[in-house]
Amino acid sequence: MIKEALNTMSDLWSLMVGLRVTKKYFLDPQVTVRYPWKAVSNIDSYKGHLMLVGGKKDKGLAKCISCGMCAMACPSNCLTVVKRKAPKPTPEEEQALAEAKAKGEKPKDKTPKDPEKFLYDFTLCSLCGTCMENCPVGALDFTGSPYLAGYSREDFHFDLVQVLKNQAAIEGVDESAAPEAGQSEA
Amino acid sequence: MTRYQNMEQLTGDFYTQNFAKTAREGSLILNLGPQHPSTHGVLRVIVELDGEYVMRAEPILGYLHRMHEKMAEVKTAAQFIPNMGRVDYGHAMGWNWAFVGAAEKAGGIEVPERAEYVRVITCELNRIASHLLWWGAYLLDLGAFTPIMYAFDDREKILDILQIPTGSRLTYSYFRIGGVAQDLDADCIRRIREFIPWFRSRLPMYKDLVSDNIILRKRIEEIGVIEQDVCRRYGATGPVARGSGINYDVRRAAPYSVYPKLDFEIPTSDLKCARGRYDVRMAEMEQCLRIVEQCLDMMPEGEVLVKGAPKPSWKVPKGEAYFAVEGARGKIGAYVVSDGGKNIYRTKLRAPGFCNLSLFAEVSRGTILADAVAILGSLDLIIPEIDR
Repeated sequence: MIKEALNTMSDLWSLMVGLRVTKKYFLDPQVTVRYPWKAVSNIDSYKGHLMLVGGKKDKGLAKCISCGMCAMACPSNCLTVVKRKAPKPTPEEEQALAEAKAKGEKPKDKTPKDPEKFLYDFTLCSLCGTCMENCPVGALDFTGSPYLAGYSREDFHFDLVQVLKNQAAIEGVDESAAPEAGQSEA
Repeated sequence: MTRYQNMEQLTGDFYTQNFAKTAREGSLILNLGPQHPSTHGVLRVIVELDGEYVMRAEPILGYLHRMHEKMAEVKTAAQFIPNMGRVDYGHAMGWNWAFVGAAEKAGGIEVPERAEYVRVITCELNRIASHLLWWGAYLLDLGAFTPIMYAFDDREKILDILQIPTGSRLTYSYFRIGGVAQDLDADCIRRIREFIPWFRSRLPMYKDLVSDNIILRKRIEEIGVIEQDVCRRYGATGPVARGSGINYDVRRAAPYSVYPKLDFEIPTSDLKCARGRYDVRMAEMEQCLRIVEQCLDMMPEGEVLVKGAPKPSWKVPKGEAYFAVEGARGKIGAYVVSDGGKNIYRTKLRAPGFCNLSLFAEVSRGTILADAVAILGSLDLIIPEIDR
């Protein structure tokens, strides 16, 4: 009888101990952030969708050499690299080519190496990074953005060459207009 | 004469009709799932009820079958790695390791020592995250809402840490054949070192808040008793087997990587009931911290990916290999058979959840329906892993 009562007491005590923890955390500051007004800051290492890396001189021109290693390595076939076609040689160039051929030299390929189109289907991508690891020139990278959203399937089909160009254009404008923008904001 | 004599009049699909053939008179056949919140996804269990008592239960699988094994046959070995993160979202690192380990074994590839330590650290941190997810979700099943908030507070810290080397927060594709994708940087190691004492200080809080709570104790003690021979017959592993007192852990039974060098215990419980499995998982989190701590101290400098690591076009040499690791739910195995071609000829994935679930039919017999749900939760089921 006494044992039973003691047991009941210890059982009730276990509930009190739990409530003490609840009270402690109830008074603690909030650990979550209210998203649209405030965002988390730990997204630096996050892997978002792919992007092409621009060259050092011209940020709008991709480093990519259109070798197609990424498309071959991709497990989900979400990449398509469209190579540039060789430009139509001018009459002078044609003549030079013919001369070179006559001498037995191999004509130099003057086709620009950067891709005409770099089609990327984000709906298929699993963000594994295999393409990045297999790129011989380091022309691919992940954007750190987790906020990509769209209304339709087509919103996730990118031409990364175009994306890079737009990005560079925006950045170029930003850099030149930076002081003004800063003043107007202030 | 049974109630279900006229089979053609009975509604339900093939499974229900087949199940109903042997139903007793006056019993009720009920479908639990496949869209039931307590089944953690799309597990379907057909139960035959007599009032509140479960007379028979039969899990039905396949609602989340994604042909992972078949997909392995149309991709090269390196291309298949992203799939492994999707098989079991709870403990993606373990699955990464099982497949990569099998491919390395078949190809005879040595892994740099630092990579082995990095693998152990990430795998064990992921194990804690997995147990926390189970802990929160299980208590949610039992009707306690707030514990999952505490669990996710901690789990979020682990995800932040693992995001640094892996870049993702849930479906990791981090291991490579011959090492790992990226080294742990100084910031990551500092965060892990900060996390260990912090999480240690949280464990007593979990004990006060939930483990010692009389309501939970009365709820999960002495339900779902799994005898050792049942575990052995069905091939149950992981916390389910250890909760029944079977001291079996792949990390000790068939040591791999650097686990033989590490000092840690395999927690077991002789309670055999749902409480035993609960205790084992809670104790295991502490052991994970010990492992991570030792690994950080012992980790040598060096490469994390072997030189000349296989490219995506790498062919697994002709032969076969089996590699098993200890996942959060039990023994994860990958069996790779290669005929020397471009793709692997056949890959078999052994999911621990599949075996752990199969004993449910036997264990749940004669229990109350509410207890059956509590038993189902205590098995720590992740449906994508079971269906693969």
